[in-house]
Amino acid sequence: MAAIEILGLEKNYLVGFWRKRTKQALRPLHLTIEEGEVFGFLGPNGAGKTTTLKLLMGLVLPTAGTARILGMEVDDPRVKAQIGFLPEQPYFYDYLTAQELLEYYGQLSGVPAKERAARVEKMLARVGLQDAARVQLRKFSKGMLQRVGLAQAILHDPKLVFLDEPMSGLDPMGRREVRDLIQQLRQEGKTVFFSTHILSDAEALCDRVAVINHGELRGVGAVAELTSRMHGKVEVIFYGQSVPAALASLGAEARVSGDMVNAVLPEEQQEAALEVLRREHLKLISLTPVRSSLEDFYIQKLQPAESKGASA
Amino acid sequence: MSATRRVNWVASVVLLVSMAGAITTLYAIDRIRRGATLQDALYIRSSKTLRRISLGYTGLLADIYWTRAVQYFGYQHHAASADFRLLGPLLEITTELDPKLLPAYQFGVNFVAPKPPNGAGMPKEALALIQYGIAHNPDQWRLYYNLGFLYYTEFNDYAKAADAFTRGAQVPVTNEFMPILAARMAQHAGEFDTARMLWFTTYQSTTEAQIRQNAIEHLRALRVDEDVTRLEEVVTKYRQQTGKLPATMSDLERAGLIRGTPLDPTDRPYNLMSDGRIEVQDPDRILFITKGLPPGMASPQPKVATKD
Amino acid sequence: MSSRIASVAFNTFREAVRDRVLYNLIAFALLLSGAAILVGQVSIDIERLVVVNLGLTAVSLFGVVIAIFIGIGLVSKEIEKRTLYTVLSRPVRRWEFVVGKFFGLTGTLVVNTFFMAIGVFLALLYVAHKFEKMDAWVLVALYFIVLQFLMVCALALFFSSFSTPLMSAVFTFALFVIGSLSEDLRGFARIAQGLGGWIATSIAYLVPNFSALNVINQVAHGDAVPGRLILYNSIYALLYSAMAISGAVLIFQRRNLK
Repeated sequence: MAAIEILGLEKNYLVGFWRKRTKQALRPLHLTIEEGEVFGFLGPNGAGKTTTLKLLMGLVLPTAGTARILGMEVDDPRVKAQIGFLPEQPYFYDYLTAQELLEYYGQLSGVPAKERAARVEKMLARVGLQDAARVQLRKFSKGMLQRVGLAQAILHDPKLVFLDEPMSGLDPMGRREVRDLIQQLRQEGKTVFFSTHILSDAEALCDRVAVINHGELRGVGAVAELTSRMHGKVEVIFYGQSVPAALASLGAEARVSGDMVNAVLPEEQQEAALEVLRREHLKLISLTPVRSSLEDFYIQKLQPAESKGASA
Repeated sequence: MSATRRVNWVASVVLLVSMAGAITTLYAIDRIRRGATLQDALYIRSSKTLRRISLGYTGLLADIYWTRAVQYFGYQHHAASADFRLLGPLLEITTELDPKLLPAYQFGVNFVAPKPPNGAGMPKEALALIQYGIAHNPDQWRLYYNLGFLYYTEFNDYAKAADAFTRGAQVPVTNEFMPILAARMAQHAGEFDTARMLWFTTYQSTTEAQIRQNAIEHLRALRVDEDVTRLEEVVTKYRQQTGKLPATMSDLERAGLIRGTPLDPTDRPYNLMSDGRIEVQDPDRILFITKGLPPGMASPQPKVATKD
Repeated sequence: MSSRIASVAFNTFREAVRDRVLYNLIAFALLLSGAAILVGQVSIDIERLVVVNLGLTAVSLFGVVIAIFIGIGLVSKEIEKRTLYTVLSRPVRRWEFVVGKFFGLTGTLVVNTFFMAIGVFLALLYVAHKFEKMDAWVLVALYFIVLQFLMVCALALFFSSFSTPLMSAVFTFALFVIGSLSEDLRGFARIAQGLGGWIATSIAYLVPNFSALNVINQVAHGDAVPGRLILYNSIYALLYSAMAISGAVLIFQRRNLK
């Protein structure tokens, strides 16, 4: 049986003051994910990844189409007991402690009262928060909230775990831990569906990936297939409010999110970029090889003839 | 049926059932509270206290009291005429909260002064109310008009009525009838035209439906009274000319004393009785008439409706 | 009641407590004891009247303010802060969430009113030195005030299910004011005629009727409250709340949590 069956799921939002214009957040999507698979859902920000996940969670209602999870309709109450969900940049009731939050979510998920306390403790340990169990969440850092988010997603031992950008906002250490967690979930036989905009994450973890852009599915395939031909690119993340002009002139595609800047640039410009950061006294957070942007993959996947010519 | 649709269906049913139930219960509550609310409205009889607890929003409070007055004594006044006794205090509070609320004075003159069942039968209170109104609004001709009207209808004091109309004629913005009314009081106080002019001015000077209806009914009654008086004069004249009473209206017509069969305001012909009197066909349909009634019948008054 | 509704309700109550909502009790206690001491000293023969009037009015207004200010955020704040995502991706139905929120807020108000009621009776004891039989009617007035809270909470929740907190507050407060004058409104509607009269009557019967729930003045004078009124007011408040909540559920069912 397929873990997730997406049958022509489509979402249009009505926008503008009079709600007359439609914005296509997701064009009819067909996708099947098998049980036990770790599936990566790739695409740049705003591509429709989060919309797809929210449709599957029943948080937004589809304009057309249906989806089945473990063979049941999305709005079937029984589905929800079998799935875990980590939203993008999760936020929780900040007046609760980590322990109280998980206790509350355990109640909502129907974890038996006898097992609850032990389960909560185990989950907190699993995400490395055992020391912060009795601290109110308002005092948590972004990375700690992400860990709480992971704990609540797997708290009730779901068969299927949905993770929306699970690595975002994490330091390299945290990133590594999330990767390990996903690997463990795979070994436990769970199905993992996660979205990301970084191909290296997907590459390291996934059996298969799908690429989506502008609300449209651009390709599905096994990872080994995709990574065969890659461009050398690096992703540089640093603290800053704006993109330095010198960096932009190196051919970086950069975007500011909060107090961080995320820039992707050709591998050969790596040293020059680090020099720029030193000059501007900007603090580096991470430098990761991306090797292929999603758009590149999209070109390779959907327009093979042209991309061969371009990459030569 | 999917889970979502089931919830929608149940919620819709609950919505409709509870809405119907709430409205039905509200009817029941209003029945229990009908009398109580009136007492409630007058719980605080002192307008000074009210003024204080209104936190300065006296205008709004006056409007609320005014609405209550209209509601209880306007709409239901036939049903609960006994409650007219409470109209006086209610209007008193209303006008003390907002002395410039002119409709309240007119309402008072029309419904506090007349005898039951048309009003509370408290002309002195009405007089005090209107004088209070004039003291606070010396430039409003309507109030002088109401004062003169009150003297004329309730006290039959034509001199004071003339005085009120004269004063009303002197304010900067007045009504064309005021000086005429003032003049007529001296010489023609008892005549139909005077009464007609008074009721017409009442009709003309208000937009309040109930007061207008009252004025229309009085004007119709005046017409009947006048018609009957004229016709009976004609009968006398016929008798003088021919030495006998007319048998039918046609006799009068043939004698050239009238043209056509005269009709009353309900478009029914007047009846000529064997003793020469004139009667209306259906006296219950024309309120307030004093003439054209069968012998011994009292002037018809508005019906007391039997509401719950 | 499903255990999930109870969990959501308890969490709502816990949020109110941790957001220091119950601190309003301090202001209430100060107000009431100040008034009690003041009227006790000037002794103008209406101590009981003043304490009951002031006490119950304060209970009502404090509660309505709390009901509105928490109620308007019950749903919209959870959507805005995205805390709902991890709740609704669990086996919690949307209607259970709405109903749980309602019970949580009314529970908070019942607890709050309980403490305030103790305050009112203590103040009454202070000025009158003993309880009288007619003080029992004060309990009825307090019960009516709680019924009033049920309706205000349900309305705030209803508006919160589709509107911004600010607009919800404006709508709810406006309905509270209109509802307090609703008997006059219905009287007015009865006078109006034709289409206007029909529309006015429909509106007048749909706005909440708070007039009949306010017996503060009556019980301050020691007057009895008819048993039938207690019964009908209870039924009315429950039905009206059910109506507003089912409206909220119907709207919330259709909402996209963007």
